[in-house]
Amino acid sequence: MTSLEACVRESKARISAAASGERFASAFTPTAAFVILVACAIPILTLEARAQLQSTVGTQSVLQSLIKWFPLILFGPPREFGGFALNIAVSFLAMALGTAVGIVLGLGQISIHRPLRNLAWALTQFFRNAPWLVLLFFVMLLTPFQIRLFGFSIPLPGWLKASVGLSLPIMANMSEIVRGAVNSIPTAQWESAESLAFTRLQTLWRIILPQCVRRMIPPWMNWYAILTMATPLISIVGVNDAMTLTQDALSAEQRTDLLMPMYSLLLALFFLYCYPIARWTLWLERKYAVKI
Amino acid sequence: MDSFWEFLRHVHDAYGINLVHFYDSFERGRLLKGMLTTLQLSVLCIGLSILIGIFGAWLQGSRFRVLKTLVQAYIQFFRNTPPLVQMFFFYFALGPLMPRVVNDYGIAQPMLGSFAWAMISLSFFAGAFNIEIFRSGIDAVQSATVEAADALGFSRWQAYRYVILPLAVRICLPALNNNLVNLVKTTTQAYAIAVPETLFVASQIWSDRINVLEMMITLLLFYLFLVGILVWGMIRLERALAIPGFGR
Repeated sequence: MTSLEACVRESKARISAAASGERFASAFTPTAAFVILVACAIPILTLEARAQLQSTVGTQSVLQSLIKWFPLILFGPPREFGGFALNIAVSFLAMALGTAVGIVLGLGQISIHRPLRNLAWALTQFFRNAPWLVLLFFVMLLTPFQIRLFGFSIPLPGWLKASVGLSLPIMANMSEIVRGAVNSIPTAQWESAESLAFTRLQTLWRIILPQCVRRMIPPWMNWYAILTMATPLISIVGVNDAMTLTQDALSAEQRTDLLMPMYSLLLALFFLYCYPIARWTLWLERKYAVKI
Repeated sequence: MDSFWEFLRHVHDAYGINLVHFYDSFERGRLLKGMLTTLQLSVLCIGLSILIGIFGAWLQGSRFRVLKTLVQAYIQFFRNTPPLVQMFFFYFALGPLMPRVVNDYGIAQPMLGSFAWAMISLSFFAGAFNIEIFRSGIDAVQSATVEAADALGFSRWQAYRYVILPLAVRICLPALNNNLVNLVKTTTQAYAIAVPETLFVASQIWSDRINVLEMMITLLLFYLFLVGILVWGMIRLERALAIPGFGR
């Protein structure tokens, strides 16, 4: 009996929580606050513990070292672009590229021409199911480091190639998002548009796609977060991102007591960037949810 | 089979298509070993992450607020940090803290090698997603069913084990399928901590034998094949478990 009561109480609480979930502010529940606190506390706690050990060694304390390296990890070496800022830049570029091509591919998937549809489907499935790292290697190793155009040689920097490599899986998933969104619009809308003498292009452009945008935003943002979390992969193929610089700093210091705090710092950086996006996506998802 | 390898060798000599990783027995052995490692890593991670998912989802339904918050913190932490950094954190920051054991050659080495750490970090990563997936399945089980189990005198664990979970698994299979495919693809990251899996071995081969394009295409086809098998199996499972009277 008591568990039944508890169940009822819980469902009531959930309903009221859903009602108050209309505001973005309420998305930050105590749980969220706790998570953020923990994420920030890990580096600091390890610092405290390590700092005591450190006092006997006589070199810089862990905190001092972290503060020393933090600007490098965040913005890269002086007069050079790198670090966490580069991760973000690559994520923006890859997202822009992937979205643009992905929308075209997604529209190809719903084309009325069978060969086009099949081609778009095959490309989507191929890039969706190939590992990110393998695609990244593919682009990094098989494209030239510079191209010659009208007698000028244009260098292709690593971060540009890496962005292209990361945009491929985004493209494929964007294509699926577009296809899913278009398919989620009731068929009756296509039919009524046809009866009003809209051409197929007009129907798509003026009736279907505007409704799709709202549905596509939450999954699109979700993929942005996934992409951002995949950007450290570019360190493997030799781009000066936050991961590479963290490892550089660690090998420069040659101190085992720095390992935990440094990697925690990197984890915290990504967490602080991605977590708000995840919350925002959840909120948008609830807001745009189709109410039956 | 030997004549086929000879044919591939001929293709290399005549057309310059370098499939050395097939016709050379040493490279073939290396590659097969790498593929086996990928397979082992994938299977172990799938098993472990599903266990984490089932257990975590059960903990999330607990009455203790602290426990729920802890599970939520675990999920949010692993969902919102890059899997590669997690792997580096586990291998480079936690690895050296492990007690050392002496191996057969008399050399002291950390208790867990790169394969074990890759397995642990990938399982935790995928497990965080699995908890949410199982949770969504559990939430979709009708509360009347749960109450009926309660009324029949099932304990909380029994109701979860015999009533809720079997239904929830069926509901969340498509989402689980997606996550497991993602997990298999993410095993390539073990490359970064030198686990001799397929990508690692492939990169060794293409460095030694300079056949980057051919090796990469083989690599992509291998992963498509692997993912294809997984998806096929999951769809078979979905059909086998389907409850008559639901959907379509």
